[in-house]
Amino acid sequence: MKKILLAGNEAMAEAAILAGCYFYAGYPITPQNELINHLAKRMREENRVFIQAESELAAINMVMGASSLGFRAMTSSSSPGISLKQEGISYMAGCQLPAVIINAVRGGPGLGNIASSQSDYFQATRGGGHGDYFTVVLAPYSVQEAFNFVILAFDLADYYRNPVIVLADAIIAQMAEPVVFFKKGSFNKKIPPKNWALGRKDGIKKIVKSFFLKEGDLEKHNNILKKKWDKIRKNEQRYDTYRLDDAEYLIISYGSQARISQEAVDILRDKNIKVGLFRPVSLWPFPERFLKNISKKIKKFLVVEQSLGQMVEDVKLVLQTNDIYFLGKAGGGIPKASEIINFIKKI
Amino acid sequence: MLKPPKSLELDTHYCPGCGHGIIHRIVAEVVEELGIKKKTVAATSVGCSVVAYDYWDFDCCESAHGRALAVATAIKRCRPDLVVFTYQGDGDLASIGLSETIHSANRGENLTCIFVNNACYGMTGGQMAPTTLIDQKTATTPFGRKPELGDGWPVNICSILSLLEGVGFVARGSLFNPKEVLRTKQYIKRAFVNQLENKRFSIVEVLSPCPTVWNLSPIEALKFIENQMQKIFPIGIIKE
Repeated sequence: MKKILLAGNEAMAEAAILAGCYFYAGYPITPQNELINHLAKRMREENRVFIQAESELAAINMVMGASSLGFRAMTSSSSPGISLKQEGISYMAGCQLPAVIINAVRGGPGLGNIASSQSDYFQATRGGGHGDYFTVVLAPYSVQEAFNFVILAFDLADYYRNPVIVLADAIIAQMAEPVVFFKKGSFNKKIPPKNWALGRKDGIKKIVKSFFLKEGDLEKHNNILKKKWDKIRKNEQRYDTYRLDDAEYLIISYGSQARISQEAVDILRDKNIKVGLFRPVSLWPFPERFLKNISKKIKKFLVVEQSLGQMVEDVKLVLQTNDIYFLGKAGGGIPKASEIINFIKKI
Repeated sequence: MLKPPKSLELDTHYCPGCGHGIIHRIVAEVVEELGIKKKTVAATSVGCSVVAYDYWDFDCCESAHGRALAVATAIKRCRPDLVVFTYQGDGDLASIGLSETIHSANRGENLTCIFVNNACYGMTGGQMAPTTLIDQKTATTPFGRKPELGDGWPVNICSILSLLEGVGFVARGSLFNPKEVLRTKQYIKRAFVNQLENKRFSIVEVLSPCPTVWNLSPIEALKFIENQMQKIFPIGIIKE
């Protein structure tokens, strides 16, 4: 198959085109600018709708409008912009509207910097906005995966009628790698027709809303949503492993950090240290079933993140222990393979 | 002629003397008269008219406070065959959503915007709106709106929008008597017809009574519109 060299941002843009994304609205912010730039040209070439919105707020609410008609719609941004989008993401979760949101995560808090970071894990995996809700979160560790996960994200969003976040850190968004174009993602469930969508001309009045003022109505709605989260938790746990056989030490990393942790595993294995890598791919739902299953064989766990410790809390929850080692750096700091190796040697 | 439109549910939750019922009816009548019911989609508001979608018999999409024009922009861009309008209050359109208002107008989005100006935040208990008059008492201007205290001046949205290239039609109507109600209906109809004729952004501001917050009887509230509001917000066609 033909391979094309693309930066992560461009690959994700092309994946959106291939997935049938009909509407994109975005706002410039580093390090996702190549994405909006790329789609400004490509969406128009494909006779689809591209809008450079006046703000992140407008962009996400435009996505909501397009989605209310049943069109595949996407926006992208980076951390500070994603904070602004939380209002619209919460509304879409409440209205049960599908959407794909790409976050090329940069350092924070506040304006932070534009270096790669994994410090938006809490925000992405705990809903992020107000109210009781979750978004599916997919974390690519290569440009090929970034491409694949955008296609998968559209399928998941449509199937569950819920926003899906592609949490690509700045390294994944910016680096270039060869990509093979696939039209079909890894999702094989049949997506039901969007009979709920507005503007259908079937003569039946439809309302898209998240507002339930009458006593008991919102609780009922919340419980309908909960059934959905439970179903997603059961069906959509995704992960990958590397050199796990006979491992006594387990490194847990996701996104670009997993690439670096993988290098550390190879070097340690060469020194006959039995270490393997567990890589969560869906950060929500967290792939807890598999982690629980393998945990009995592991002597020591090390979570490595580009943050001061966010995913590590999920690992502790799943394994029901605080006996987890952690190595993390924030603000653009990246734990190096040599640092991981030294850490493993000490424990 | 006096028969209510079929697209309107008559049993609303509004206070006695509120203008929303009249404006809802005007919109429903216009939609029926133009025969566009099956292709009309509204992006609704947050405020007293938050459940307008329960009263109209056509498709509606909820919008966050201030974001109706962003939602409407995408609906119209994706489906230019639909007739899309927003229905927003003064807090929604002129305060928290001012950015969406200015920019959708400036892009020349082919939309119809109904802007209900009652010079206060009704639903939350009568706080100051951007359109609150000087010296008008509200829950957050207990001594009256005072520019010298930093409360600012009433915002004239129609004047601001009429400066923009993307805006095709700007008019301000009033509900203070039946004649003006009918004139307001003509403006609103024109704003819908303009959309059918691809004439860019159309906005109709409607000066609407809020007797409850203004602490006036319904009749006194209409006099307040005529004697106070219309002086600051003159009625008529501002741009066409």
